[in-house]
Amino acid sequence: MTDQAVEREVGRARLRKEDARLITGQTNWTDNISVTGLLHLAILRSPMAHARIERIDVSPALERPGVVAAFSGRDLAEGLGSLPCAWPVTEDMVLPDHPPLALEEVRHAGDPVAVVVARDRYAAADALEAIEIDYEPLPPVLDLEDALAEDAPLVHADKGTNRAYVWPLATGEDFEAVRQRADVVLKRRYRQQRLIPNAMEPRAVVVTPLAASGEYTVYSATQIPHILRIMLSTVTGVPEHKLRVIAPDVGGGFGSKLQVYGEEAVALEVARRLGRPVKWTESRSEGYLATHHGRGMIQDIEIAATREGRLLGLKVDLLADMGAYLMLVTPGIPILGAFMYPAIYKMDSYEFSCTGVFTTRTPTDAYRGAGRPEATYAIERAMDELAAEVGLDPVEVRRRNWIRHEEFPYTSIAGLTYDSGNYEAATEKALALFGYDDLRAEQRKRNERGDPVRLGIGVSTYTEMCGLAPSRVLRDLRYAAGGWEAASIRMLPTGKVEVVTGTSPHGQGHVTCWSQIAADVLGVPFEDVEVVHGDTKVAPQGMDTYGSRSLVVGGSAVHRAAEKVVEKARKVAAHLLEADEGDLGFKNGVFSVKGSPEARKSIQEVAFETFTSHDVPDGMEPTLNADHVLDPENFSYPHGTHLCAVEVDTETGQTRIRSYVCVDDVGRVINPMIVEGQVHGGLAQGIAQALYEEAVYDTEGNLVSGTMADYLVPSAADLPDFVTDRTETPAANPLGVKGVGEAGTIASTPAVVNAVVDALRPLGVHDVRMPCTPERVWEAVRAAQPEQSSEASRKEASA
Amino acid sequence: MTHISVTVDGTTYEDEVEPRLLLVHYLRDRLGLTGTPIGCDTSNCGACTVELDGASVKSCTVLAVQADGCEVTTVQGLARDGEWTALQRAFHERHALQCGYCTPGMIMAARDLLRENPHPTPDEVRKGLEGNLCRCTGYQNIVRAVLAVAEGETAPADQAASAQEVTA
Repeated sequence: MTDQAVEREVGRARLRKEDARLITGQTNWTDNISVTGLLHLAILRSPMAHARIERIDVSPALERPGVVAAFSGRDLAEGLGSLPCAWPVTEDMVLPDHPPLALEEVRHAGDPVAVVVARDRYAAADALEAIEIDYEPLPPVLDLEDALAEDAPLVHADKGTNRAYVWPLATGEDFEAVRQRADVVLKRRYRQQRLIPNAMEPRAVVVTPLAASGEYTVYSATQIPHILRIMLSTVTGVPEHKLRVIAPDVGGGFGSKLQVYGEEAVALEVARRLGRPVKWTESRSEGYLATHHGRGMIQDIEIAATREGRLLGLKVDLLADMGAYLMLVTPGIPILGAFMYPAIYKMDSYEFSCTGVFTTRTPTDAYRGAGRPEATYAIERAMDELAAEVGLDPVEVRRRNWIRHEEFPYTSIAGLTYDSGNYEAATEKALALFGYDDLRAEQRKRNERGDPVRLGIGVSTYTEMCGLAPSRVLRDLRYAAGGWEAASIRMLPTGKVEVVTGTSPHGQGHVTCWSQIAADVLGVPFEDVEVVHGDTKVAPQGMDTYGSRSLVVGGSAVHRAAEKVVEKARKVAAHLLEADEGDLGFKNGVFSVKGSPEARKSIQEVAFETFTSHDVPDGMEPTLNADHVLDPENFSYPHGTHLCAVEVDTETGQTRIRSYVCVDDVGRVINPMIVEGQVHGGLAQGIAQALYEEAVYDTEGNLVSGTMADYLVPSAADLPDFVTDRTETPAANPLGVKGVGEAGTIASTPAVVNAVVDALRPLGVHDVRMPCTPERVWEAVRAAQPEQSSEASRKEASA
Repeated sequence: MTHISVTVDGTTYEDEVEPRLLLVHYLRDRLGLTGTPIGCDTSNCGACTVELDGASVKSCTVLAVQADGCEVTTVQGLARDGEWTALQRAFHERHALQCGYCTPGMIMAARDLLRENPHPTPDEVRKGLEGNLCRCTGYQNIVRAVLAVAEGETAPADQAASAQEVTA
């Protein structure tokens, strides 16, 4: 394609094709779907964290008005297998059964036990209370360390342990040896609180059966229609080719819809039994119990360094809360983080171990960033601690350790080959935009005068691995599937273009961006491209959308498929123009013969000529279509420098973000408007972890923050304006692109907490547990009071 | 069952409803006006915001019977002859939506905000939209869009169709 140098679309802030329907209400959310004879499901859930089901009788529900059927777990057991876990991270991983409706025991508050089928959603919900069920309470398992004690009560008694797996990694020199020669050894414990993903659209599923042929269409608010199809087939035994899965408009996911949920299997099974279409829509509060959570780890991190602040080694021990069951990729989430603790830094030794622990809580799984935010948080917090310990500015300690731009490609100690990056450039740009030196000067002055409202400055120089993923790497990680992505381009007889993608967007703007990519390669107008997705019948191949993979893998597949169309069109054009292919130029959608520019054929003309097939080269198929399935050669590694300034009121504990600057390097940018939007949203979720959100359980295992009124999803009033900018080092993939969906979330949490701690460090505070609520900040200040009062008395003395 | 007469987006409907039926379920399940979505069950998210006799309400906290004799405007009733309102255009032009699930409620709430305060500061926009949650955008572009309307910065309708590009 070297002769097509003009780019007209990639890099432009195209307004989104997706918007028109969304801003006028012409949407197709799963819960909008209604078909003749539709029945509604409501699910009865355990009110207890852990109990044995002594007796269950669903028949009284059948007496209620409008009720058509009711089933317990046992009633459906014959048709339903265990829900899948696709990531057995170790050979001896403990994999408990996970029935879509509980059979003998419930293992977290919200574990489903029965389903009612009724003519409308109110009748279904009403009838739940008629179900008779006796529970024998069992002890909850909540604390990760206690759960591993010898005499701990067990979440899965038949497994004999709450330890799901131990996954170790050790590279470079022996850590003990490195620690011996270190001047500075710091050990810190950080806690990743549980988070609730909170996609704005609650989950929903509709199943329509065609009883005569045994075919089923499953509409689901899912990120993964293709994976869901395969997995539902294995869970229910409905053959894969008889299942069509459609992800209609999907209102956000953030990992929470990267799942194969029990309700999806139950809906399919009920539709199969009754031969009637069914719908289930979760309420938000129900979702807080039933949709998987994210994070939930205890991180012990130890760094060994020289007194000049140079890292020698890193040791990480994780306890990761799996929750009650291992869901689709639950065990693998912390393992994605395993490779990210060394981050952008050079060192001689790295040791990692993760222990997965069962608890009687909602299962955890992917949530925006999935393992990498946790890793980035721990290392970036620890780098600040190192800076404080050796008396260096936090930016300087990072500078002394990071990979320099001339060292790329660089193989990290964890074994990842970072293909591109320039940490110096991003940091310099961010420092300038932020006014770093001025803020430090102001901070010094305010600290000197003992200002009760402290200024804190936090930095985070992150990288992450995304664009999941090379299939062979996934094999080595014992993940059960590949990481490729599929695209098809169909050039229609009238010259319009259909792009079929295996990605499954739910807010990311793939329709717009894939149009830009295809329009450039084919030389057709942006408006002439349509993008088809999210339906296994019309986009039969795909690995869906998660892990910031869609552009890097799926967009690249679109690009390559479009190139194949041009290659084929070139053959037809050469034939029509009676020229050698090698003599044809192709620019802006027009083939022309070099040296005789009047001999031209547009790609649209070629499309029509190919369609009529009256005069195409011998043996040529009469379509201008091409498929491409692309398996990436590497992950992509976005990076950047985030800086946050906070004002922390030491008397009330209130934290206010004063400014937030980030400079991200996401490689080549297809649409800067969409990239900026992804960064904004990512920042909001990362800041939310730092300051606001936590899934809180009481000692009985009840979810206390069980409604949106109790769990603080930040509003516009809780967040600042962000200053975003970019540097650009192209990735070593065909489009030069890196993922952007998770970067903001990964980077921002440590930047904010580092800022809070930086504000309070002169008062003797070294850590504040997330979320840094006013209460926790105030308590941290109070706990450090002796040093504060001594500082105050020093000030008084000097005054 | 209670008889109600409700005008929604200019059309009057006569219906028998259960007294407990929520307005949002009436709109969605009975009238098929699914442009107004449901995002929570505690009146926190605002996704279901509509106008009831000219003031914004969360339609999950209003009973259908309370709307008897009222005029309801939903996001589906905003455009006139296919021409979007200034807020709809601004949301498009400023990339104020990603998944779009919160967008109907956000636009309806922003209309109310601008009616009460036609020239808000950025902070006033943020506080005014506090009752509407968005998980995708981080709100910055929503604030930009509302301010753009307040400042008369959106493209006139006849140009909007061709204004396919923004410069950041």
